[in-house]
Amino acid sequence: MNVHEWGDRRMELIIGILLRLGVMIAGAVVFFGAVIYLIRNGGAPLPDYKSFHGETVQLSTVEGILAGCRQFRGRAIIQLGVLLLIATPVARVVFSAVAFAFEKDKLYVCITLFVLAVLLFSLVGSSLG
Amino acid sequence: MTILVFTVLVAVSSFMAGLVGALTGLGGGVVLVPLLTMAFGVDIRYAIGASLISVIATSSGAAAAYVREGYSNIRIGMFLEIATTVGAILGAMIATMVSARAIAVIFGVVLLVSAYLSSRKQREQPTAEECGSLSEKLRLSGSYPTPNGPRSYCVCNVPAGFSLMFTAGTLSGLLGIGSGAVKVLAMDQAMRIPFKVSTTTSNFMIGVTAAASAGLYLSRGYIDPGLAMPVMLGVLAGSLTGAKLLVKAKTKSLRLVFSLVIVALGIEMIINGIRGTL
Repeated sequence: MNVHEWGDRRMELIIGILLRLGVMIAGAVVFFGAVIYLIRNGGAPLPDYKSFHGETVQLSTVEGILAGCRQFRGRAIIQLGVLLLIATPVARVVFSAVAFAFEKDKLYVCITLFVLAVLLFSLVGSSLG
Repeated sequence: MTILVFTVLVAVSSFMAGLVGALTGLGGGVVLVPLLTMAFGVDIRYAIGASLISVIATSSGAAAAYVREGYSNIRIGMFLEIATTVGAILGAMIATMVSARAIAVIFGVVLLVSAYLSSRKQREQPTAEECGSLSEKLRLSGSYPTPNGPRSYCVCNVPAGFSLMFTAGTLSGLLGIGSGAVKVLAMDQAMRIPFKVSTTTSNFMIGVTAAASAGLYLSRGYIDPGLAMPVMLGVLAGSLTGAKLLVKAKTKSLRLVFSLVIVALGIEMIINGIRGTL
């Protein structure tokens, strides 16, 4: 195993831990929201999932979700966990870019930054639209 | 059915989907959408939204376990993510333009094509000459652990693999699946990367690919918390269990399970899509 493969191994291990941490935090937030949601609404009849209505602004925008969390709404807290989950792979790409920079691997710094730009385009572009 | 009963049933089913998803490198989504639409009567757009979230959870949650085994190749993953993320955004945009029935039919066809392709025999590991110079230039070559010490490998047909990955990304964005099947096939068949490396690297990439379309799905209201919650938690628990079993399981039985499940679901999806009974 040469030097660059050793660097890669260590980087992969750190990324693996980072990803798991992100998922665990997101999972815990979703679980917490689920408890509130089920305590308040568990006995209620099922909402209509058979036809598509689309979520309201409260549950489909960052501002709406944060506002709902401040009011301690179960569904908003679940969506906050979903947002954290979406952020996890983005964090992974950011970390990879830094790690490749430390390895002085210019080619892969460029590749990684391109992937990051695509991700940010999707996230920012969608919140504007 | 009350919300509580529904949540528990969806969570248990999602656990099973996550288990199968991790064992086959599919990411669970491919089993989930048919399950939610056909067994629970959920609209396919909500199902796709929930599935996409679970796909991110599966991929990221299992990554640590995979990485520890030393199979995944981070450079192959990052390089191919250029293709999959751009494709994912395209797919998510197409998703708003086509009907739910059309999506169901496309979903079914994708399942059948995946099953057919995966039943093909894996080719011999290529030599350095067969791989060509791109594998070295892009630093895609690597090694993986075997009982007899690390074994090195190189990557063939890089342009073809890259194009297939763009397709995989588009399908992921359109159908809310990880497209693990197409990814593994691109890496197995075109690029001729060893199976365990392609499965685990594909798992690694799935989360980033799904994140590229998840923002668009969230803002369009496809992601319902009441549905995404049991799906995400169930799949996550299932996939973590599956990742622990992966190293012990044999490649051959993995592929058989994978093919049988997707053929059955593919036929069901096409029939339901054509009849409009989803």
